[in-house]
Amino acid sequence: MIRHLIALLLGIVAGAAAFLALLYFNPFTSQNNLSPLSVGSNEVMNLTFSPVASDSLVYTNNGETRIKPHPEKVLQLWEASVRRTAAAATVLYDSRGGMAGVGVKFSSDSEATRLMNGEAMVESVWHIYLPGRGTLFVEQNENYWSYLREIVIPAYWSSVDSWKGNWHGTITAGPGVLGLGRVVGGSGEFADFESSVTESITARAYSVAHGPVAADSNLTIELPLRVGQEVVAED
Amino acid sequence: MIKTFIFGLVLGIAGAAVAVAYVPVVDQHREASIIAVTPNGGNSETFHINIPMDRIMVGSPARRQPLPVGLQWPVDDGLANLRSELFKVRNQRDAVIGVASRMASKDDVAGEVLEWVLHFPARGSMYISMQSNAGEGGHRVGRIRTGSGEFEGYQGSLTERWVADTSGSEDAPAGRIELVSRFVGAGEEL
Repeated sequence: MIRHLIALLLGIVAGAAAFLALLYFNPFTSQNNLSPLSVGSNEVMNLTFSPVASDSLVYTNNGETRIKPHPEKVLQLWEASVRRTAAAATVLYDSRGGMAGVGVKFSSDSEATRLMNGEAMVESVWHIYLPGRGTLFVEQNENYWSYLREIVIPAYWSSVDSWKGNWHGTITAGPGVLGLGRVVGGSGEFADFESSVTESITARAYSVAHGPVAADSNLTIELPLRVGQEVVAED
Repeated sequence: MIKTFIFGLVLGIAGAAVAVAYVPVVDQHREASIIAVTPNGGNSETFHINIPMDRIMVGSPARRQPLPVGLQWPVDDGLANLRSELFKVRNQRDAVIGVASRMASKDDVAGEVLEWVLHFPARGSMYISMQSNAGEGGHRVGRIRTGSGEFEGYQGSLTERWVADTSGSEDAPAGRIELVSRFVGAGEEL
């Protein structure tokens, strides 16, 4: 009887492990790392920033995760409604490395997360100010499954509790068609403008203790066609 | 015994599949919304921000004491007129229900800009452009440009005003920023 019970328990553990391994190695849940905007013909604007918390102006969360708030004495989001939310203010750079402006990003874990489908979802919005140009609002659904699978989990498995390499991925997964995010202009040259956006991460190092250590992120915003730039349909 | 092991294996696979499929990974806490119906058929919701308790960040080159302590605001001519603030947002029961970004700036291209982004986890976000000048009674009115989640497809306005604390209580805030949103569905008139 005891031997049968042990065999049953071993079977359950092996079955659960086999299922989780299948989930982890499932090739059908890989994300496309190529942004649809990078192959389009429209002009795009690239804004880069560091997703590393200590590189931001301000980063705050509930204070209990491995990514610590920055600066140390910033007010933390410990209340029940916001404890799965992070807020960050960061400097944005243009494609030549010059300062382009300041962005504020709010990210909340999404109840649309479905690990079965390879969806580790985060709902985020950006509030962006680009001096001399105007302001923008960006809305995105982000999927961190590939990032978790290829960086975070290997870092936990590593004997030195870290990951090093070169990983690039697009995290934007909606709400628009082709998995694009939505951008709405507020003022200046962006007033009444509506377009699409993607956000990508290029990671080089990740630590279990501190989260991302060396990484760059990029917001690619599709700019609308200007007058005289319109494509005329051929007969 | 092999049969028992195989039965356990199938049970383990099925159990893990059911757990992954049906046990929610994320279950956001929700405060019940306090929404009032307005006479024109729209609805209204009031939020507030206790000052200074709910202020997370004040980014401004003009500020001598940075908030939070240790903030290194970039020194750049382009940001000379920008004041960027982050707050926690409360409902009428004084419970924190979200976070907000307020940006005020003035430059040659965009003119005077004053905007809010309100973000409520599990509900959605609003993007609002405010009038730069306050009206009677210190009210400033803005237009909800767009929203996400439950605020998607709604049109409406947001009113902002400063309400100083008059309670005299020692641990009372200095005052609060009161935000009143008024929505109607797309295509309806406010």
